[in-house]
Amino acid sequence: MSGLPAEPGPSTGSGAGKDRPTAADAVADAHRREWAFVLAATARVAGDLDLAEECVQDAYVSALEAWSRQGVPRNPGAWLTTAARHRAIDVLRRDTTLRRKLPLLVEPDEAAPLQPGDPGGAGKGSLMIPDDRLRLIFTCCHPALAREAQVALTLRLVCGLSTAEIAQAFLVSEPTMAARVTRAKKKISGARIAYRVPAEPELPERLDAVLTVVHLLYTTGHTSPGGGDLVRDDLVDRACGLARMLSLLMPDEPEIRGLLALLLLTGARRATRCAPDGRLLLLEEQDRSQWDRAAIDEGTALVRAALRGGRPGRFALQAAIAAVHAQAPAYGDTDWRQILGLYDLLVRAWASPVVALNRSVALAMADGPEAGLAAIGDLERDGRLAGYRYLPATKADLLRRLGRRDEAAEAYRCALELTANQPERDFLSRRLAEVTGSPPGR
Amino acid sequence: MAEYLILINEDESSYATATPDVLQQVMEAHNRFAKQVEETGGSIVSGRALQPTSTATSIRDDVVTDGPFAETKEALGGYYLVEARDLDHALEIAKLCPARFGGVEVRPVMVFDGM
Repeated sequence: MSGLPAEPGPSTGSGAGKDRPTAADAVADAHRREWAFVLAATARVAGDLDLAEECVQDAYVSALEAWSRQGVPRNPGAWLTTAARHRAIDVLRRDTTLRRKLPLLVEPDEAAPLQPGDPGGAGKGSLMIPDDRLRLIFTCCHPALAREAQVALTLRLVCGLSTAEIAQAFLVSEPTMAARVTRAKKKISGARIAYRVPAEPELPERLDAVLTVVHLLYTTGHTSPGGGDLVRDDLVDRACGLARMLSLLMPDEPEIRGLLALLLLTGARRATRCAPDGRLLLLEEQDRSQWDRAAIDEGTALVRAALRGGRPGRFALQAAIAAVHAQAPAYGDTDWRQILGLYDLLVRAWASPVVALNRSVALAMADGPEAGLAAIGDLERDGRLAGYRYLPATKADLLRRLGRRDEAAEAYRCALELTANQPERDFLSRRLAEVTGSPPGR
Repeated sequence: MAEYLILINEDESSYATATPDVLQQVMEAHNRFAKQVEETGGSIVSGRALQPTSTATSIRDDVVTDGPFAETKEALGGYYLVEARDLDHALEIAKLCPARFGGVEVRPVMVFDGM
């Protein structure tokens, strides 16, 4: 499974010993797998996110040297955490002004009774380092921070990406991204956003914010906002890794299962979304034999679990829709009635015009293009999707299917004006040529 | 505990045209608020209502002018200085704060070194 940080924390010993990895490989691997654990545990001691980050970076640098001399420790995460925490204690001892700065507000353990039997912590008795990764991600996604700051902080602190990498992923300049991260960190200490997992009454809302950030990372990677590649694999992998981490740390949350299932089921089609020449392939054209069966099976099982126990949330419902698509042996076998039924539930759970647009596609498939067009007409009058490229693109497709070529051409032009992603532009241009040119010879 | 200022921004004209009944309700809401804050484990350090912005005077570069700095529909109409454990606690308190003609803004109070 493509190097996702599937197993948490230091108790796993992450495969050391088999092939005797080089120190550099081991450090790179530990960076991907253990960064969040190490930083989260260090933040608690450092009392400051900036200091914690510095100390963790130092720990990785010294690991490179120490591990090439003494070999890779059995438990790299624990080694790194211990090194980073010692460094933090050292710095604090020497620099007393740091300690007087507004310290990160760490709530005592009993405030977050989420750790019994947790997979990474004291359960297996190997180490007494508490698993603070949930605190870290809930802090990064606190609703008092703007969404874009939540996303940036999560990538920086939980995933360990550099500011340059995050800036590149979101197509902003590095200084802009650096300023965004700094401002967010200052707000955490200045406004005293506590380092904790929220308790029951606020948990659903706060968890939703976390899941939204993970989903946003995924969708940004799934269809990048600009540039030549349709998919940005790294962001997609990071989002899947985060969803897996959350499902291990909070195994009883149906919406986490739903999100993980959604990412797996959507990701299962990843290899088939583009032709070898980079051309975008629609669901209809994709080679279903190339879909990742293991991911579909895992995703489908997760959907079943997420739907159990009533009142499914928006991620579980989206995953259920993706599962129905994944189960159809061929496009023509798609159970559009069932998909439409799921969309009806989804519209109620999540009153978003984007959901309503997607529902109109299912409606068109179940009841014919006219029904879909009527629903799109409602959305156009609603106005909230003005500027959303998939609205005119969907409308164009339905008009094309009805043979209303002039109207379809106008809608394709409108969609093209709003689209920056090159494979999507190519697709729309082809369709536009199709409806304006001579009738296709089939 | 840390101090947070809850700034109450409301539409002044709604107050100007409110019936005595409504004003009475607002007073009662504020009295209730004081009790509710205690129940959350926080406390009110101080709190005041302000005269409307028509009574404001602004000074910039020693030039005195009539009126507030910025003319907006919603203006600062009062404040509470509260003590809370952290931002979440302060937000919990702020959500209880009456502001039927607008909303509130929560600002952490700056703490200077050595004070």
